[in-house]
Amino acid sequence: MSSVSTQEIKKEFLKSKLGLTGVFILSGLILVSIITISVIPASTFQEWNNPEKWISYPKTSVPSWVNFLSSDKIPEHKIINAEVFQSQENGIFLTSQQFGVYFEYDDFPSDFIFEMKTKYTDSHIVQIKVIRPDGITLELLSTSLPHSDNETIHNQRYFSTDSMIKKNLSTYKDDFGFDFQVGVTEIIFSELYTNQIQKGNYIFIVDIYGIGKDVEVLESKMILGGKAYGLMGTDELRRDLAIGLLWGTPLALFIGISVSIGSVVVGLIYGVYSGYKGKKTDEVMMRFNDVIYALPALPFLIILAVTISNSIFLMIGFLMIFSWVGIAKVSRSMSLQIKTRQYIEAAKIMGQKDSKIIFRHILPQLLPYAFASIAISVPAAITTEAGLSFLGLGDPSFPTWGQILHDANTYGAAAQGFWWWIVPPGILIAITGLAFVFIGNALDAIVNPKLKR
Amino acid sequence: MGLKRYLVTRGLTMFGVLMITLLLTISLVGSNMDTILKQGIIYQVRAEITENTTIAQGFNNPEEFEKFVQQKIDERVKTLGLDTPWYSPQRLGYTMYKILILDFGNATFLTSDSGSSNVGEIIFEKMPKTILLFTTATIIISIIGILLGAASSNKIGSKTDRITSTFAVISSSFPVWWIGMLMIFVFAFVYQIFPARATPSIEPDEPGYILALLYHMALPVITIVLIGFGAWAYLVRNFMVGIMQEDFIAAKKTIGISKKKIVYSHALRNAAPPIVTILALSLSGSLGGAIITEAVFDWPGMGRLYFEAISVMDLPVIIGSTYILTVLFLVSIFIADLLYGYFDPRVRTSS
Repeated sequence: MSSVSTQEIKKEFLKSKLGLTGVFILSGLILVSIITISVIPASTFQEWNNPEKWISYPKTSVPSWVNFLSSDKIPEHKIINAEVFQSQENGIFLTSQQFGVYFEYDDFPSDFIFEMKTKYTDSHIVQIKVIRPDGITLELLSTSLPHSDNETIHNQRYFSTDSMIKKNLSTYKDDFGFDFQVGVTEIIFSELYTNQIQKGNYIFIVDIYGIGKDVEVLESKMILGGKAYGLMGTDELRRDLAIGLLWGTPLALFIGISVSIGSVVVGLIYGVYSGYKGKKTDEVMMRFNDVIYALPALPFLIILAVTISNSIFLMIGFLMIFSWVGIAKVSRSMSLQIKTRQYIEAAKIMGQKDSKIIFRHILPQLLPYAFASIAISVPAAITTEAGLSFLGLGDPSFPTWGQILHDANTYGAAAQGFWWWIVPPGILIAITGLAFVFIGNALDAIVNPKLKR
Repeated sequence: MGLKRYLVTRGLTMFGVLMITLLLTISLVGSNMDTILKQGIIYQVRAEITENTTIAQGFNNPEEFEKFVQQKIDERVKTLGLDTPWYSPQRLGYTMYKILILDFGNATFLTSDSGSSNVGEIIFEKMPKTILLFTTATIIISIIGILLGAASSNKIGSKTDRITSTFAVISSSFPVWWIGMLMIFVFAFVYQIFPARATPSIEPDEPGYILALLYHMALPVITIVLIGFGAWAYLVRNFMVGIMQEDFIAAKKTIGISKKKIVYSHALRNAAPPIVTILALSLSGSLGGAIITEAVFDWPGMGRLYFEAISVMDLPVIIGSTYILTVLFLVSIFIADLLYGYFDPRVRTSS
């Protein structure tokens, strides 16, 4: 155990390529965390498990950048806002909401939904039609808004799965050259004579007719259900994985760093005290250390999570219980060496208090080792937490990476080929771990010159 | 004398740990266990009374009947000793004694493949499979690791050495279970080479069972080996490098023994104690990790049993499996200690 000054460590560290790579990755992750916390509203992760929030998102869709890589364009999930036009003729008010889509993909969209919020009184008739790129207009639906004597605000959704749409479309059967035994979107977006995709501009129109009374459209959008969405795709529960993965970053860093700092501090003080005191105290403290060391960690963590609580903060505490032991052992043997040095003896003879000797003279010498072990023990904390979450024992109110993988496993993502659901969380866990391993190894090589070769 | 004393203290510590583990497990799940047992009794008593209609007819009003039922329940609770709380000394002692003699009682929900709900039988049915999977994997890992580690310590700074070290660092950063998911995705979904679930679909007594088991075992074994051997090779390499700097090796070099011979026979023999110790430790460590790995691959071993028991809160199974896992863990630590003492005489004299 040689003491190295901070200056030297800094100098040596800057020479280590691996260490710098680690610092580089770590700063990237910290940047992502800061951006996530400050830019993305916290409500997104608080409502991670609220299906209501994700209803307008598509189910298990691939990330949309996949379209850049393959020649076959997968239809993207689109949320289109309406352009609203209002006119009046002979006392009949027409409110027309138009949704323009340029459809250029090689697969049919899965479905579409019209969502609107209107304010009206009396009765109104709703007509939905689509103008296709070949100029043909298809009437999709005629219905009415529920009658109301007073002014009301009404939320309405029209789904492409509505059986009336299919019925209405069947009146065009003779115009088309193929059998209508296919889904609604596969008729609307099809060529006339063969059931192939017709690319081009589609305009969906939702007309609302009112006699003598106007309708006020407060909100109106059309969701064209695709199979590709966002940066990271979505999962079976329609959640945007990009948001989950982003929130996972600060959480993983928080868990990893707090567990490792906590356990290193505890282990260091425990070990140094035990080594410094020696004799009976040392014996008793080390036996206790042996006991904790011999406890099977994972089964215990599982039992603790099940019986006490799976709150993320308690989990951090539980993880600490099992991770300070090794550090205590090493720092004990280090303090055994240091305490035989003459200046410690001198301090003792001068009558300095034990606590002062430990905190003033012994602990500072172990600081470089402490930093190295903090960095080295972060990955284990992160993977253990991820493992527990993977077993379904994590804190359900936070979308950690392990949690995402747990959901992926529950819904059989691997067996169904949802790679975008499995690959990114694992890579993020590994990258975070690697960053700390790199930093830790670089520090370790400086602190323990014996390893340098 | 020194060794004997050492072993006795170690043995006593281990026993102490075992007791503490048991005590901790029981105290963590004890109160839940009591509630579940009591609910079971209430259910049982009510079922018995409603089945026998003549009892109900003998009462004039519902209150009296209710009183009678409650009395019956209290009686049953008392005979089973549930009126004292789980932490009372008699009950705690009794439970611990029962577990020590491997009598874990009956499972609440889970059953063994043969249909028995005896916890001991369930555990001993699953244990061989866990041992099979993880010993196979550990043996393969250690063989590859030792050879690769020795090879890279032979030529420090060579391509082999650098690739091994890099691979070690990178591979150990990935969680085994995640690699497992990827392997299932690649080799069971994209290329349908291996089955996605590791539980063989045929019954244990059919003739092709062993083959089916091995076939289903392939994917988990490959995954565990893939993740594990890099770190092993790196560890062996570091031990070897340390030994290669010792004086006796330098002496051998000056005599003119070829470097290859020094590495593979003299140095490797001297690196044996720490390697064997870590072998024993990693075997026991992997038992804990088995819980997640087996859950991913659906391997019908102790780990999956444990996971299932946790998800349905089958407390007798949880207590039993924790106990067995701890015993296995402690036994392997003990064996590691013994081996270390055997290989490295310095341990006996010092301490």
